[in-house]
Amino acid sequence: MDTRRENEPAPTKNHTTTERKSERELVSTRTINGPARIVFEAWTKPELFKRWWTPKSCGLSLLSCEMDVRVGGGYRLVFSHPAAPTPMEFFGRYLEVTPQSRLVWTNEEGGDSGQVTTVTFEERGGQTLLVLHDLYPSKEALDDAIASGSTGGVGESFEQLDELIAALGTSVG
Amino acid sequence: MPLVRVLILNHMVQYARTGFDASFAALADATRRGVLEQLGCANASITDLAEKFHMTLTGMKKHVSVLEQAGLVTTEKVGRVRTCRLGLRRLEEEAAWIERHRQLWDARFDELDKVVEELKRREKVDGHKKRE
Repeated sequence: MDTRRENEPAPTKNHTTTERKSERELVSTRTINGPARIVFEAWTKPELFKRWWTPKSCGLSLLSCEMDVRVGGGYRLVFSHPAAPTPMEFFGRYLEVTPQSRLVWTNEEGGDSGQVTTVTFEERGGQTLLVLHDLYPSKEALDDAIASGSTGGVGESFEQLDELIAALGTSVG
Repeated sequence: MPLVRVLILNHMVQYARTGFDASFAALADATRRGVLEQLGCANASITDLAEKFHMTLTGMKKHVSVLEQAGLVTTEKVGRVRTCRLGLRRLEEEAAWIERHRQLWDARFDELDKVVEELKRREKVDGHKKRE
């Protein structure tokens, strides 16, 4: 439904782009209406981070959020989702912390295949351009992430359909 | 932050909302359920499927078309053979995944904008002193 083009002025709502830049990289960009100092604060203070990281449309409820934002420090997010039977966790470590400018962290809940995420904060005339860069350890890791996010969901839906069909008392034949 | 599991979950919810009606219509037929089971084991051509289910090519084409419209099967024609497989095509999958990723971050950034707006207002009210 998004008909706005990138070069049109958008005073209230800026456009978010996402692109697979290479075999191992995924990059998203967005301009936020505020100085880097404030955007960085909203990204690194748990009480502020909590307020935007789980928008209603994503279906998640953040149960807890711990962030030790310094090099080597860890983060741990615990959340629930209506389709998940038990709470889930996202966790990792901060590799780089440059105030108002750059954050780099690992994503370790998926084991070795997790990506390293870099976000840069670039101030331009009172606004901040955010560039979110995910670097996966290999082409296969990103391909797998995409495949599991796509067919995995379909597979689950098939299972749900199977159960419903079984409940309706029909059978293949 | 990590996304894969969120995307899977959202896809499940989204698919459940939008895909079930068409899926049920497609699955109301025993032959079509059989075709899905068959394709769950291996991809097959329409000719293979027609033979397996003792049907005419035209009859099988109709069944496959219903499954295709429900998004349960995709087909690809190479030469004279149309191959059927479960689910979405690889490139479509990737495009759809990237779009869901973008939408998730877009929604997040909308909320971030609100938080930043509030912090900016608060600074003004508090009479934030510029140190330039």
